[in-house]
Amino acid sequence: MTAATKLKLRFPPQAPLEAGVITPDHFAGKSEAEIARLPAVHGNEAASLGDFFEVKGNGSSEIILRGDLSGVKNIGAGMTHGRILVEGCAGMHLGAGMRGGEIRAFGKVGDWAGAEMAGGKIHVRGSAGHGLGGAYRGSRYGMKRGLIIVEGDAGNEIGAAMRRGLIVVTGNTGDFVGAFMIAGSIIAFGRLGIRAGAGLLRGTIVAFQPPELLPTYRYDCSYEPGFLKLIFRELRSCGLSVPKSFAAGRYLRYSGDFNRTGKGEILVYDQR
Amino acid sequence: MTRYINGVEIEDTFAEAFGIWGARVIITAAHRKWAREAATKMTGFATSVIGCGCEAGVEADVQNTPDGRRGASVLLFAPSREMLARQLVGRIGQCVLTCPTTACFNGLSAEDEISVGGRLRFFGDGFQSSKIVGGRRYWRIPVMEGEFLVEEKFGVQRAVAGGNILILGSDLPVALRSAELAVQAMRRVPRVILPFPGGIVRSGSKVGSCYKFLTASTNGAYCPTLRGLVASALPEGVNAVLEIVIDGLDPGAIEQATRAGISAACIPGIRRITAGNYGGKLGKFKFHLHKILDEALP
Repeated sequence: MTAATKLKLRFPPQAPLEAGVITPDHFAGKSEAEIARLPAVHGNEAASLGDFFEVKGNGSSEIILRGDLSGVKNIGAGMTHGRILVEGCAGMHLGAGMRGGEIRAFGKVGDWAGAEMAGGKIHVRGSAGHGLGGAYRGSRYGMKRGLIIVEGDAGNEIGAAMRRGLIVVTGNTGDFVGAFMIAGSIIAFGRLGIRAGAGLLRGTIVAFQPPELLPTYRYDCSYEPGFLKLIFRELRSCGLSVPKSFAAGRYLRYSGDFNRTGKGEILVYDQR
Repeated sequence: MTRYINGVEIEDTFAEAFGIWGARVIITAAHRKWAREAATKMTGFATSVIGCGCEAGVEADVQNTPDGRRGASVLLFAPSREMLARQLVGRIGQCVLTCPTTACFNGLSAEDEISVGGRLRFFGDGFQSSKIVGGRRYWRIPVMEGEFLVEEKFGVQRAVAGGNILILGSDLPVALRSAELAVQAMRRVPRVILPFPGGIVRSGSKVGSCYKFLTASTNGAYCPTLRGLVASALPEGVNAVLEIVIDGLDPGAIEQATRAGISAACIPGIRRITAGNYGGKLGKFKFHLHKILDEALP
């Protein structure tokens, strides 16, 4: 196995730096110098990675990024394989549209992380912004496959119009979680913002604190959903600590959104 | 060369087995009792492909299951991939879907897969939904006590059926005791099942019959009551014969079970251990008893 390619941010960009080339796909087969010459866009000006990053190592399937990258956009966007470690904060669109591989971020990540992703995994040890795993404005579908774990809070409209996949947020979430969601699952261990599941077609939102439900949801029953046992097992294998009581517990099931088909659901952990 | 174990003769012959298709089903439930209940029902009337369409049995109790609950592992074998699919869908649909608290998962990692949950889902009448977890799709079918969870696809692979040993005893009690001990030992072997009642067959068959409409009939050569009427294969002093049929996911598993069974079956009162074959005309697999026992030697 070749050593990881390391990129250290020399100084924070003054304007947003569009760096969609930071992916194992773009780095594959390139030398250190070639990686440094890969194009980026700084504000409205053409730039190269080497203008902002100190590059060490040839192209590898593993990339390690260091520094405060909150002004660097599109890291790992569209990647299909490999691994990116972000040792610090990351800017908007982290892993957007990615189709495979894994991104691990140890810090806060910006809006639209994992937006419209179609596979792979994003694990954030920090908070995430708005539109996590969601659909861009005008797009029909959000996330289509894959797994996003945020060990922190997340903003508004997470999983908006998502088609498939799983989003897990251990902290609190903003408003309109799973709005217009088509299918897939969102698990929110913290507090849900208002209007969760608005326009939900199918799909599942799991809440662990009693949410303020829209009037277009109807109570069905209290039961033990078997599929959550599988999901929690998967999350444990990702290193997330999920209490056993959550897997063996009962959940209140609410069907909705009856503004649409009513075939979606919000499951609320029954703490009684 | 004649071989003996504990004074019991092991005949230098082979068991003849044939190719088949196999699948493994993991059934979980809220309690072990209900997992076993579903597994027992699902493997009912599944002793022989000739009359039942498939051969099935409970392989073992399992603890490390996909949903973390107690479960049972079932192996099911059928002559073709299509028949296996039909049997899986029918038996899971009638015996596992119906059983309280159960869920049903694929237990075989194989390149070839058939749709099971994908067909059973229609029972949900449009209210079924699916979840993809770890790259596998699971169907949630609403039922009166909650939801039945079933994996969409089950792995299938080519397997082996019809491995066997014949236990020739001085009388029925000793033959039965010997067969029970053999079954006990063979059931500890993974990847095999013994599809007959209690793992034991008393009605071994031969190919063909004096009746044109019958493809198989009693194995007269091993029936003590026919010793004077047919060309008997029974040595003097043998008054009861019991057979143990073995189906396995691979030949190695059948060999392991055969070895374990023979070793356990050799008790006082047993005159000979042999195996059923049709001169090599039935199947491509031959399990030579002496060779299998030799492989156990260090």
